[in-house]
Amino acid sequence: MPEVFVAKISEFPEGERRIVRHGAHDIGVFHWQGEFYAYANMCLHQGGPACEGLIMHKVEDILGPDRTWLGQKFSEREVHFVCPWHGYEYDLRTGECAADRRLRLRKYNVIRRGDDIYVAI
Amino acid sequence: MDLPLSENRRMRVEEFDSGKMLAHAARQAKDRGYDKFPIVDVDAHHYELESFNEILEYMPDPVLRQLAQAANVGNSKGVGVLPGGVGYQDMGGRVTRYPLRRIEKTDPGVHRDVSLARRWMDAMGVDVAILFPSPMLQLGLHPQVEMEVALAWAYNRWLCERVLAEEPRIRSMIYLPFNDPDTCYRMVKEFAGKKGVVGFMVTSARHKPVHHNSYMRLYAMIEEIGMPLGFHAGYNWNEQSMTMMNKFIAVHAIGFVFHNMVHLTNWVLNGLPERFPKLKVIWIESGLAWLPFMIQRLDNEYMMRSSECPALKKLPGEYITDMYYTSQPMEKPRDLSLLESTFKCIKAETQLLYSSDYPHWDFDLPSTIYDLPFLTEKAKRDILGGNAVRLFNLDLGTKKLAKVA
Repeated sequence: MPEVFVAKISEFPEGERRIVRHGAHDIGVFHWQGEFYAYANMCLHQGGPACEGLIMHKVEDILGPDRTWLGQKFSEREVHFVCPWHGYEYDLRTGECAADRRLRLRKYNVIRRGDDIYVAI
Repeated sequence: MDLPLSENRRMRVEEFDSGKMLAHAARQAKDRGYDKFPIVDVDAHHYELESFNEILEYMPDPVLRQLAQAANVGNSKGVGVLPGGVGYQDMGGRVTRYPLRRIEKTDPGVHRDVSLARRWMDAMGVDVAILFPSPMLQLGLHPQVEMEVALAWAYNRWLCERVLAEEPRIRSMIYLPFNDPDTCYRMVKEFAGKKGVVGFMVTSARHKPVHHNSYMRLYAMIEEIGMPLGFHAGYNWNEQSMTMMNKFIAVHAIGFVFHNMVHLTNWVLNGLPERFPKLKVIWIESGLAWLPFMIQRLDNEYMMRSSECPALKKLPGEYITDMYYTSQPMEKPRDLSLLESTFKCIKAETQLLYSSDYPHWDFDLPSTIYDLPFLTEKAKRDILGGNAVRLFNLDLGTKKLAKVA
């Protein structure tokens, strides 16, 4: 299985992403909390560059014990990347579409070799 | 530019180019062979406030002009002159072209609107786009009729001289200040025949009934000219029922259909299609799902209450399917047979006109039509361009105008 070089870890800071292209493959690689994740950079909606948009924590409602709505907050754990074309959100750790988890982006294996990061295509 | 993110993070963006952002659209255009047939986008937009100072130079009333110019000084950007304002089209910046268009550089010597339009049109394979304003979609809610009129004159004259005259691939349907029927009439007389003018447009977010007698002279003139009249949807968060909604998604989802539902109902039940049988009417930017609802609802009640609508000679739904509709934002249901039924119900193969609504947040690419499995190649091409070519009587020549690379 061919491997495509992404970046050196030392040059790929936390919270950033890299886009790598190889033939027909257009791949977004994310560095988030010590892990690397790679997905097809092709939104399931209309084909937008899903991996090139904002990285945003999931928005959550705050409900009281009596089920009243108290406000909103950003999730402390779940983070999404957002397709810049129309706002489709994807779970950064799984590639699942946040609005309908039956849908998910193609995931690529990320390989660490020393200080280098590759994706297998 | 620094974009604000969750948890007080920031994302630094140095440059923005809509052509690059639409690189995947360009690939779709090439893969699907859009170079083989014309594509006409019947509803696209620009941001007229970016040229507001230029537009205001065309404003006829010197006092209103000075008021508007003063409101546009510094960072105010028209605040105080245009109604509306509350709304989150950019989804908190998630749709990045909203904030980033401020740093997009355009081609020297070309009007900014022309330069930007060429960029996205080429990427999508669109040959001709019918361009509409953005914030002015709410101008019909302005409490001062004279300000709607003054801004409409200014915008229309500016648009014709500075944009339509420069790029034949950009056309427009002239904004009519519908709160003043006499001015609408004069405007049709002034702008019909100007380069790039292919029809006339009423923004739907307003509170004037389309069947009022004061509009009959206007409709008669547009019918005689032979150009289409469009009703462009819009939302109004201040509409009394909408003030119960606390989310923009709710106001947008309902609001963009609500006003067109009201106007289309009045249009049909008051027999305007019978009174103006040759007037071509287009309902713009309400998607498609409302139409089977309207047809079923009105037909059902008409069968019981036809005495209230003596002008009608056939069912309301039969008038509805004689009119034209733009496609965006086209709902794509999980059960695609619902969409197929909708296409059949509205006679989409002859009445549906592709529209992108670009650069707004819910834009549709031509592939939303081209990839539908239940359409023939001919139907796809008619909806994407052929129907509009016939309706607007466009002469596009034989050469593809968009640069499909």
